[in-house]
Amino acid sequence: MRTEIKTNVGNLPKKTGQGISNVRSFLFDNMVMLLFVVICGLGIWFSKLPISFILSDLVVRIARNAFLILALLIPVMAGMGLNFAIVLGAMAGQLAILMVVHWQIGGLVGFLLAVLISTPLAMLFGVMTGRLLNKTRGQEMITSMVTGFFANGLYQLLLLVLVGTLIKINNPELLLGNGIGVKNTVDLRIVTNAIDGMYIVSLPVFGFAVAAAMGAYYLFSLFGQSHSTAAARNKSFLYLGLAAVIAAGSMMVKSSDSLINFIEVPAVTFALIAIACLFNLFIIKTKLGQDFRTVGQDQHIAKVSGIDVNKTRIIAITISTVLAAWGQLLLLQNFGNLNTYGSHESVGMFAIAALLIGGASVAKATVGQALIGMVLFHTLFIVSPNAGKTLLGDAQLGEFFRAFVAYGVIAASLAMYAWKRAMAGKKKLQA
Amino acid sequence: MLDRIRLLLKELGLPRTIIVSFLAVLVILAAIYDIPLPALMSDLLVRVGMNGIFVLAMLPAIVSGIGPNFGLPLGILGGLVGALLAIEWNLTGLTAIIVAILTGLPLAVLIGMAYGWLLNKVKGSEMMVSTYVGFSFVSLMNIGWTLLPFTSAAMRWPIGRGLRVTISLEDRYDQVLNKIFSINIGGFTIPTGLILVFLVLCLLVWLFMRSKTGIAMKAVGDSRQFAVASGLSVDTNRILGTVLSTALGAIGIVVFSQSFGFLQLYEAPMFMGFAAVASILIGGATVRKASISNVIIGAILLQGLLVIALPVANKIITVGGVAEIARIIVSNGIILYALAQVGGGD
Repeated sequence: MRTEIKTNVGNLPKKTGQGISNVRSFLFDNMVMLLFVVICGLGIWFSKLPISFILSDLVVRIARNAFLILALLIPVMAGMGLNFAIVLGAMAGQLAILMVVHWQIGGLVGFLLAVLISTPLAMLFGVMTGRLLNKTRGQEMITSMVTGFFANGLYQLLLLVLVGTLIKINNPELLLGNGIGVKNTVDLRIVTNAIDGMYIVSLPVFGFAVAAAMGAYYLFSLFGQSHSTAAARNKSFLYLGLAAVIAAGSMMVKSSDSLINFIEVPAVTFALIAIACLFNLFIIKTKLGQDFRTVGQDQHIAKVSGIDVNKTRIIAITISTVLAAWGQLLLLQNFGNLNTYGSHESVGMFAIAALLIGGASVAKATVGQALIGMVLFHTLFIVSPNAGKTLLGDAQLGEFFRAFVAYGVIAASLAMYAWKRAMAGKKKLQA
Repeated sequence: MLDRIRLLLKELGLPRTIIVSFLAVLVILAAIYDIPLPALMSDLLVRVGMNGIFVLAMLPAIVSGIGPNFGLPLGILGGLVGALLAIEWNLTGLTAIIVAILTGLPLAVLIGMAYGWLLNKVKGSEMMVSTYVGFSFVSLMNIGWTLLPFTSAAMRWPIGRGLRVTISLEDRYDQVLNKIFSINIGGFTIPTGLILVFLVLCLLVWLFMRSKTGIAMKAVGDSRQFAVASGLSVDTNRILGTVLSTALGAIGIVVFSQSFGFLQLYEAPMFMGFAAVASILIGGATVRKASISNVIIGAILLQGLLVIALPVANKIITVGGVAEIARIIVSNGIILYALAQVGGGD
């Protein structure tokens, strides 16, 4: 399916007859994403894994992580860079789910209660992070990262030391042997699959639904809006074509006896992910979204035009933190158990690496980049151990490689952005 | 008198006041709980000597204007390669340590030059870029540790590929520096050689900062505009600061490992930069200003906290990891404080 996307997009400029310069600019703008398309393609080839296996793993991983990646978009828009502090949101989610498990409230009710508890917690964390980031303007990313580490210390203090001593609870299932501190692994079976299990469809059916939704949306934007530009029209045609390809592919699979028919898609989870996408798309059209953009482009201009810059930035981080809390809850109900001191730690880094692989930068990130990056990053995750085994005779090397990719893509992206910024600053000085 | 105290508190800043009082409380508690002080003091000296050079490595970086060097793992990795080569060549004792440092240094200098060049391109975002360049290099070296053609059986997994995660230095150069001229007075051991190495390096850096080159480097760090106006090359001096910092990281890991008794590969160097940054900040440095006294005080305060917190915590509460939690909160808290001090807020 991925290669189809590629050829479709790649062919477009030729079809519209705008020549080679367009192709070149497309290649240049999407360099990172295309590079990873190639790496993933090679990885899939060398891993020798069946496509149905990769797809089924991919569905699970996307259902788990999509929300967390989407939580990153708004701070980027507001010019605050990549929010490493979504870790705090994840912690809020984990604290909430621990409470629910302690009270033994299971099922959908338990999950919703966890959402209800985690939201004000995440809002509180978000406001505090936002205030701190307002004090460290220009160094938001390192601050948000260190904030994550710092908060992790407080989180451990709370769960390892204070629970059982200051916070008296009596729950041998939750606590360590001596009654102080929460266990390293907590069984979440009472809320497991609370959302995932609500409604399950097979992958081809899901693909058909996605194609139908895409078709409806872009048909509407093609004929519903009279003042659409040529570029927007081309884009609509492109996505309509893509929708047709997905629909045809789904039909083909459905009528075959492929193993892909047995892949289960948690439809409600994906519906929630879709809502999160739409939320990110539509917030741009609101006053608040425009404020985010203005603040992101130039804080001075924003201030002059009467926007409360500090408040807007705090709101951006708070929304991000709350989305991260919900995202972590979705991840945990899928996972089925909580690694109390580890489930949240790498959440920020993996989400950020995925977003960047999709072609986003510190200054610009779109829903599309988040979705593409998510697919590429998790494909890489699935295939690297096996590809490493085929190529180098060692699965461990493949795992090292994917860790290096995650760190390396963040390092390269940060460096490229900072480089551009430094160059722009120099030009400003000379002018 | 009251004014004086207020002034002192202002100069110390809130977090440092908290840390110093916390340390004072810990010392009192240690006395109450009858924890043998001489043993604690020997522990403290060893740990200051072990970690001090990493803290010292922050100084040239901060002074030359690139800020605290979160990318210290780059130098550490260079030093580790040197330390591995010393084992590969089957050396022992002081010779091994000297060879490890001498082979690690040129590597670290080369890495430092490339790294300094990069940091010159990303002025204003050095901290974030250096953190992730450090992380990526550590994870790249994970592949390196697996593939590099070292042959010594002391280092390789008996079955499978690559080097072990921890390599014992027993019978090689375990504690060699610590034992030179070490003095033992009734349970209180002074690791003289280790402390001397640290202090001599401090002295060398101190002297360097007073040399013509050092003063030029400092001028660049203080004000780029002023430095340009006086005909100094900003970029060259910043590279010099980075190279010095990276080289000290390489020496630091050799000294650290000989005292620790093990070489730690793979993920171990990842966060060593953060501890060093936290130390010098606790010692009173900012991300723009630092001195040798900040290095020494910082190393003593942070390590003191860790050394004393552990036994005291074990007496009060039977929960593991309290000292580790204190370390996480204190070191990241002080980094956040320092970042907020630079401001940029209005």
